[in-house]
Amino acid sequence: MLAAAAMLTLQIQGQDPDDILKRVERNMSSENRVFESTMTINGAHRSRTITSRTYAEGYTKSFTEYLSPAREQGTKMLKLGNQLWIYSPSTDRIIQISGHMLRQSVMGSDLSYEDMMDDRKLTELYTAALGGDEVIGGRKTWILDLTAKVSDVSYHSMKMWVDTERYVPLKEELFGSSGQLLKRTTFEEVEQIAGRWFPMKLTYKDVLKSGDGTEFTITSVQFNQKIPDYIFTKAALKQ
Amino acid sequence: MKLAIKMAYRNLVGAGLRTWLNVIVLSFSFLVIIWMKGIITGWNHQAKVDMTNWEIGEGQYWQEGYDPHDPFTFTDSHAPVPEEFLGEIERGDMEPSLIAQGTIYPQGRLQSVMIRGIDPKQTIFMLPSYKLDTLVTGAIPSIIGSGMAKNLKVNVGDRVMVQWRDADGTFDASEIFITEIFTVSVPAVDQGQIYLSLDTLRSMLGLEGEATTLTYNNSEVTRPAVEGWVHKSKTELTSAVDELIKVKTAGTSILYIILITLAMLAIFDTQVLSIFRRQKEIGTYIALGYTRRQVVGLFTVEGTMYAVLAALLSAAYGLPFLAWQAKVGWTMPVDASEFGMAIAQTLYPVYSAGLVIGTVLIITTVTALVSYWPSRRIAKMNPTEALRGKIQ
Repeated sequence: MLAAAAMLTLQIQGQDPDDILKRVERNMSSENRVFESTMTINGAHRSRTITSRTYAEGYTKSFTEYLSPAREQGTKMLKLGNQLWIYSPSTDRIIQISGHMLRQSVMGSDLSYEDMMDDRKLTELYTAALGGDEVIGGRKTWILDLTAKVSDVSYHSMKMWVDTERYVPLKEELFGSSGQLLKRTTFEEVEQIAGRWFPMKLTYKDVLKSGDGTEFTITSVQFNQKIPDYIFTKAALKQ
Repeated sequence: MKLAIKMAYRNLVGAGLRTWLNVIVLSFSFLVIIWMKGIITGWNHQAKVDMTNWEIGEGQYWQEGYDPHDPFTFTDSHAPVPEEFLGEIERGDMEPSLIAQGTIYPQGRLQSVMIRGIDPKQTIFMLPSYKLDTLVTGAIPSIIGSGMAKNLKVNVGDRVMVQWRDADGTFDASEIFITEIFTVSVPAVDQGQIYLSLDTLRSMLGLEGEATTLTYNNSEVTRPAVEGWVHKSKTELTSAVDELIKVKTAGTSILYIILITLAMLAIFDTQVLSIFRRQKEIGTYIALGYTRRQVVGLFTVEGTMYAVLAALLSAAYGLPFLAWQAKVGWTMPVDASEFGMAIAQTLYPVYSAGLVIGTVLIITTVTALVSYWPSRRIAKMNPTEALRGKIQ
């Protein structure tokens, strides 16, 4: 038993945590992508589902159009760097989300607009260390402890459970400077798409908020597509 | 003139109920106008006193980027407290406040909130800041206004989670412990605000020695201009109240006009009727040597005397009422905290001599004009026909 534990420790120690993080990023990030998704918000009393189509370029540019329900249909969101605009068809106006509005949740979900504003790679922000291993949903994972190496980072530390074979995170926990757990994300339905492993279902949970979290399911995804430049302009919001 | 007054008085008293109905209506107008103007003056006074006591002191310095109406400015609106003011702060004559944005999670709901850091030992504001010195385990002591407490559905002794971002943008969260709930009529101090100790907030944000606003309690002191800070006098800070009062005064003026018009309509009708019925009397006056102008004057004095009698009558029953109102105030039947402006639930009217004299003079002048207007007909009358009582 002891020998098995020692073997495992050695095996873990043999892994470079920064290398694991890089391989995770290779799976999770792409030059650009186009995907359709459903977002199910499980509130304290009821659940609702919103579908959307998103165009994203790296971490800095994204354009989302909400397709349903009828109430949200036509609402569009544009993120360019650290700026975010929303177009609402009912008012036919574009508003910039900033200041206190960034702290509001996106469509009542567990994601705040602020959460969408992070646009840097994890390897640029965090120093990784191996913190152990665990089995999640029958998959063996390494636990990466990520600690911020730059000061201007949203979450001071993170814990990431990485699938040892497919190099995708299966769970993430985000912590504040004081060590307070703030957000938890679980990743499921990992599929191989265009030579990379990618989780098609994510569940976000703001642990400070009640409710069962927000499920985000990707119904279709295409990587490295040619996205026209006009998509990432304010003019596209009103089209 | 003395004779005209004497005759006018006798004629009015002789007219009995007709006179007293006019006087009562007019006296009611006097009372309502003075009371309403008193309420608005009282509101103006109360709003400024409350703002001084709870929010702005005798004036403030704002970090140059700070604009309370623009949330876009909040994140960067902080700077080290200028050395020029350190002495005043040390003496307790100036209070630095730090303002940050955050999110509060009452019963698991998510709500935006402004986090304000103030010195627990401060004496400039009436905030019960000493309660921030309460020793609490595992949570940050905090005070909030009653409107905010109602909104969050929390009571003294409750713990609520608060999340914020420090100066570098890093999230953190902690429980706050409600040590006191205060009642204030200034919404900017209550709605959407939570108060923590200044030192605690500085340490949470990593902004040691910094502030967003500096509030002083003595406007007589000459202070140097400080780079990076903008001075805001009390007049500037209360200008929104002045604007609001101006709008309210204009709004209530419509009611005054309606009240005065009703009273003047009654006086006008009485005058017309009086001139019509007293043609023989008018002819007699002229036959006795009165000039037409003197007869017009007599009738005008008679009409104006309604206002004088109304003023006396309203003084008789109105003074005790106004005095009682000034003492107990007028409690609004709807919840004033939801108005979004500095307005107390109970307003105490303030009556100045200028207000009373001005109102009496305006109403008396208008009454004189309204009395004079129908009396002009007398000047066109044929005295012989009038003496014979022939309708003209």
